[in-house]
Amino acid sequence: MRGTIDGNEAAARVAYALSESIAIYPITPASPMGEAADAWAADGQPNLWGRVPTVVEMQSEAGAAGTLHGVVAAGALGTTFTASQGLLLMLPNMYKIAGELTPTVIHVAARTVATHALSIFGDHSDVMAARQTGFALLASGSVQEAHDFAAISHAATFPSRVPFLHFFDGFRTSHEISTIELIDDDCLRDLVDNDAIIGHRMRALDPDQPTVRGTAQNPDVFFQAREASNSFYDATPGIVQSTMDRFAELTGRSYHLFDYYGHPDATDVLVVMGSGAGPVIETVEKQSADGIRVGAVIVRLYRPLDQPAFLAALPDATERIAVLDRTKEPGAPGEPLYQDVVAALAGRDGLRPKVIGGRYGLSSKEFTPSMVGEVFRNLGSAEPTHPFTVGIIDDVTRLSLPAAQDRSPEPDDVFRAVFFGLGSDGTVGANKSTVKIIGDASGLHAQGYFVYDSKKSGSVTVSHLRFSPRPIRSSYLIDQARFVGCHQFDLLEKLDVLEVAAPGATLLINSPYAASEVWDHLPAWVKSKINELELEVWTIDASRIAAALGLGGRINIVLQSCFFALTDLIEGGHATAGMVGQIRKTYGKRGQIVVDRNIQAMELALAGLERVEARPAPSTNGAPLRDLEDAPEFVQRVTAMMMAGKGDLLPVSALPVDGAFPTATTQWEKRSLATEIPMWDPSICIDCARCALVCPHAAIRVKVYDPSFTDSMPDTFAHKEASGKERDGQLLTVQVAPDDCTGCGVCVEICPAISKERRSHKAIDMVPKDPILEAERVNFDYFLELPDLTAADVNLSSVKEVQLLPPLFEFSGACNGCGETPYVKLVSQMFGDHAVIANATGCSSIYGGNLPTTPWSVNADGRGPAWSNSLFEDNAEFGLGLRLGLDGLRDSAATFVDWLAPQLGDLAGSILTADQSTAAGIAAQRQRITELRRTLDQLDVPAARSLAEIADHLVERSVWIIGGDGWAYDIGFGGVDHVLASGRNVNVLVLDTEVYSNTGGQASKATPRAAVAKFATGGKRTPKKDLGQIAMSYGNVYVAQIAMGANLTQTVKAFAEAEAYPGPSLIMAYSPCIAHGIDMRSQLDHQKAAVETGYWPLYRYDPAREEHGDPGLKLDSRPPSRPFVEFARSEGRFAMLERNRPQEAEELFAMAQRDINDRWHVYEQMVELHRTAEYAEVEA
Amino acid sequence: MTGFDMSTTYLGLDLAHPVVPSSSPLTGDVDHLHELVEAGAPAVVLPSLFEEQVIHEALSLNRSLDQASGATPEAPEGYFPELDSYNTGPGGYLDLLTAAKNELPIPVIASLNGDSFGGWTLYARILQDRGADALELNIYHIAGDADVSGSAVEAMYLKLVESVRDAIDIPFAVKIGPYFSSLGSFAHKLASAGADGLVLFNRFYQPDLDLETLRVKPDLDLSRSADSRLPLRWIGMLSGRVDCALAATTGIHTATDVVKMLLVGADITMMAAALLLNGPGHLGTVVDGVETWFTDHGYSSVSQARGSMSHEHVADPSGFERANYMKALTNYAPDWA
Repeated sequence: MRGTIDGNEAAARVAYALSESIAIYPITPASPMGEAADAWAADGQPNLWGRVPTVVEMQSEAGAAGTLHGVVAAGALGTTFTASQGLLLMLPNMYKIAGELTPTVIHVAARTVATHALSIFGDHSDVMAARQTGFALLASGSVQEAHDFAAISHAATFPSRVPFLHFFDGFRTSHEISTIELIDDDCLRDLVDNDAIIGHRMRALDPDQPTVRGTAQNPDVFFQAREASNSFYDATPGIVQSTMDRFAELTGRSYHLFDYYGHPDATDVLVVMGSGAGPVIETVEKQSADGIRVGAVIVRLYRPLDQPAFLAALPDATERIAVLDRTKEPGAPGEPLYQDVVAALAGRDGLRPKVIGGRYGLSSKEFTPSMVGEVFRNLGSAEPTHPFTVGIIDDVTRLSLPAAQDRSPEPDDVFRAVFFGLGSDGTVGANKSTVKIIGDASGLHAQGYFVYDSKKSGSVTVSHLRFSPRPIRSSYLIDQARFVGCHQFDLLEKLDVLEVAAPGATLLINSPYAASEVWDHLPAWVKSKINELELEVWTIDASRIAAALGLGGRINIVLQSCFFALTDLIEGGHATAGMVGQIRKTYGKRGQIVVDRNIQAMELALAGLERVEARPAPSTNGAPLRDLEDAPEFVQRVTAMMMAGKGDLLPVSALPVDGAFPTATTQWEKRSLATEIPMWDPSICIDCARCALVCPHAAIRVKVYDPSFTDSMPDTFAHKEASGKERDGQLLTVQVAPDDCTGCGVCVEICPAISKERRSHKAIDMVPKDPILEAERVNFDYFLELPDLTAADVNLSSVKEVQLLPPLFEFSGACNGCGETPYVKLVSQMFGDHAVIANATGCSSIYGGNLPTTPWSVNADGRGPAWSNSLFEDNAEFGLGLRLGLDGLRDSAATFVDWLAPQLGDLAGSILTADQSTAAGIAAQRQRITELRRTLDQLDVPAARSLAEIADHLVERSVWIIGGDGWAYDIGFGGVDHVLASGRNVNVLVLDTEVYSNTGGQASKATPRAAVAKFATGGKRTPKKDLGQIAMSYGNVYVAQIAMGANLTQTVKAFAEAEAYPGPSLIMAYSPCIAHGIDMRSQLDHQKAAVETGYWPLYRYDPAREEHGDPGLKLDSRPPSRPFVEFARSEGRFAMLERNRPQEAEELFAMAQRDINDRWHVYEQMVELHRTAEYAEVEA
Repeated sequence: MTGFDMSTTYLGLDLAHPVVPSSSPLTGDVDHLHELVEAGAPAVVLPSLFEEQVIHEALSLNRSLDQASGATPEAPEGYFPELDSYNTGPGGYLDLLTAAKNELPIPVIASLNGDSFGGWTLYARILQDRGADALELNIYHIAGDADVSGSAVEAMYLKLVESVRDAIDIPFAVKIGPYFSSLGSFAHKLASAGADGLVLFNRFYQPDLDLETLRVKPDLDLSRSADSRLPLRWIGMLSGRVDCALAATTGIHTATDVVKMLLVGADITMMAAALLLNGPGHLGTVVDGVETWFTDHGYSSVSQARGSMSHEHVADPSGFERANYMKALTNYAPDWA
């Protein structure tokens, strides 16, 4: 039976069928495997033996591995899924599981391990780190293989007793949709050795036949015991091969430990494993068909490596071997697979081939047949480059092979299509549907692969679809498309969408213009390319059709319908039937109305599709890069290329050697996503600055300035007299950054200033962008030139005053209406000029540090937050380390000042005793340090030079430890707890979205009872953890729970108090998220409702108050005044449970109400508590 | 037992008496429906199935689930697990209808508010198939479009009634508002188009202003007995003149309200606000009061009394017409006089 699924599902189906307990934890790109298992279990789907597997989410991958260890030690069948850092966290348990010869399978969507930077994309750096754990490593290179090898690994682990790590390439295989042959249950039954499973159960920990494991062994026996398992590893390759042979009998698909492709008498052979095998096999088959003596060995079972089998796979005529590794082992004589091949050949009799090794495909870097050709050219050359890299330009160590210019030589009978769209418009979903329709309904094999940019708002997607009469091995992007779909007209301006078009291709454009007008609106280079390539152009106004049908911006069905109409891949009737079938499958659960609307969209599409006649146009040289002449040199040379989607062309020399990038670069990106932007009306504005405070993208700014600036103002630059005594006589302007606003409208929702004459008009209204864009660009540029205030100039407890400070976190790629970023921005405004930030992996690290640009910015003095993301699990510890390091440098500097006191005079004392508890105090200290440097320049003693190097550390550094709830409540909780207990002066900001937002909305321990989330498909049955109460129990931790939308003043006060508190501080900030199922424009109202219902009470616990004999805890919100159910019904995460399982919802909603009541009751009692012990650390 | 015959018929349904709980939150809950039956309700009208609301909910949910799906490589399938059903559409309403039909020993009248001709007929058919004994078409239409003439509005109503008539076999009534230029003529046309009954009148909730927030707010203002004058006039005017049943609604709070409506020609009276204010048990009190009044005044049956004071049968029919207004004004004694 055929099916069209992705690699994750291909593996997960088998793993689920053959498991009894599954421990899961989210990590890209492996999360979908766990999500599928959780959803199937919630749906009651049984495994092969008729039992629904138990699926349990753990607090980390380390937890999942520990659980898995217990599951298999108990004699059950267990599995887990992971990738990258997650696999590294499993390593200690993997040694244990393997050391105990316990059968299990871990499925890995192989992903880059973070080094100089995080990457979610694929390579083998993670699995290579597991190669000495004792797990067998079985490598899949395609979706079909991910399915097949999942079965083979589960079947082989029981007779071999060796646990398996089955891996396939993250994204390239895990997220590729492909038509495959599915394995049915009967086949699995025939494949699995039941006697071996019984043997596994018999060896389990069992009080009826007790054994002891995990003993501590000593030098006398450990070594021998470690060798005692050798025979099992010796036997494993044979067991795997016999399992593969049995599998071939059952399915007809034959595999070997090492599969050879190419000329039988090849002299030049490549060795590779994983999805890189695709272009290698395509190349050697094509070249060997032409009589060229080339071949390739594809490694399946990498551990245990069967040397005889490997040698047997090599043609006798082999003279040269190039080994391709998708990983990097710095300082090694070669990468792991290369070293294994060399070692294997060392045992070969007779002539030994020459072996070279090279790296390819790190972090999903493209690996194409052209690059394979370059590898062969290098291998065949007189003096081949070794080690080499391929796919990049290394102009530093010159290891890279010359870049191939030729396009991929794909056969004509493979139909190739590329689609450009936005993440929000459904393009990817439509193309997945198309792949399924054609893959399932025609005789063709179908493949879909999807490329995303790094933004969460306005992200661009590119879909690559192939349809072929043969199974598709092409694991690389399309560069010669016969069909190009541009689903957003604006993308024609921003991207070179025709770069992938083949001559004579069809171009379909979603356009707001009539067919007769489209040509006039096309960019010049697009017209030129259309003529040059003789493209056939079609257009449709899909957005209009979708909007009219109530489908919002989802234009997927309309454009999918057009694709079928314009291609002959599938006969019209079958296409329609297929689409209707897919519509019913996709939307049927959402109701007949949604199905009907989508079918109408499909039908209306055909009526609206029109041909665009090309007309003569001047030739151009393609899309020009944006003019960035005012930008720093690095931005012009490097960032600009990445922004233009040409980062692949950057050479090694262009990039920092250690991952340190300049900040303040989002300002050059100017994505201009919004169609409507806020317009300020100074005549009714009341100067509250709330709009600026809540803006998630820092696209609304407020400044006060001297009236003398009116002389040079642009004509349309709006201003008013500033209100309030402290700003008397000054002017105030609220200015929008027109190209940086994402159009979320949160500012309009918060604006309290409403016109007396027209109630629909506020001081901030959304208006169409295009008519005012040019003028507002001029105005914003002028606004930036106006002088900024500094923290010393404003009252840091005032909402309004704080917003007069420049945000040092701006224009991030966060979602429209993001609930997190306003808090982050506030930190940057209040403390950014002296802040050092440790940021846990998650949404905030992605919108905070995902290239091409970085939103962390600098003030007029060039100062701003220094930011780093270490890992997910270690962020609190990393932040504490920063504190310790900074304190050490400060102490060293202070020691030097003390030493040099005689030469420094009064300055030394004033520096060492400076009060830096206020912004003014910090500013004064900076002046002292400037003076100090001047003095040190005059002193010719070593201590003076040493002090000069670190003198800036005498200025207060504010350490902020920022992350989401997945980090603080789950994977990083141990660290958070320990750091809070340390008594050190750090500020922990938890951006609580109540789910793992970045990985797609999986439940965390912050997820409230009754909420539906991934990994909690049936609604979470346990209450949210009370992190604040845990922190308060220490007695010396400042703790605040805040929600900006409910109380702006309390929010600002909490940040000011946390910073001022000399010990550890914890702020938990309620952060609405798209994973809540709400309209993000109204996110502030949801915050308010959360507080009014008591769902999210506001409070501040300040140990300093207790020192004065007052209760530490102060409740900042009123007792619950509305029922929880009102709040719940307004949010999709709860409401969908009520729709899906009304009785369970009623029960869980009632329990959630009791949770709220109980928590409030506890807090009310805590307000009365007086603690008397001294909790702060006693100095030695 | 007094021997007074309280029975009546409405839309072909034989009812024990003429006081029927009309559509309200009380009739939207199975437990309350049972309480109404215990209180003696002879039939119930369920709350309206609003097609527009059904569509809005389904499309909103659809957009919510689609929100951000496909937007990032880390969450390509969106932010929620795919559930097996979201129970969009009229499922909840149909469950109520099914439960009411299965559990109640009395006729169940379903109420429908459509948003499109296709929707009216589709859902009318579905409600019929689910066992409704009769339908009430709740045409809640505010003719606020200055470009649409009164005759066009009437034509739309008539086309709708004809469409539903063609679509279903069970009887149905049309609930309309009073704002027509010639209500008598239009009522006749509705009956000719296929309506088996008219429910007079739909009570359009009037908006109010919240002076704190300076926003327009929908306001639920429960009716009072005095509000029954308008249907009283028009039922009196239409009784015997239109070939369909007449149901009086709005302002039916007391036994005397019911008695008056029956006297002017109503086949049944419908009660909502009074039950919301006083509870289901109030229905029995009213029915007892009706029986008492008729008995005390020597009537033997509802059918005997029905229409005895209609425009046709009353001694001075001008009282139903303009003179009524004159009389009311001249007899009015202000509080401050």
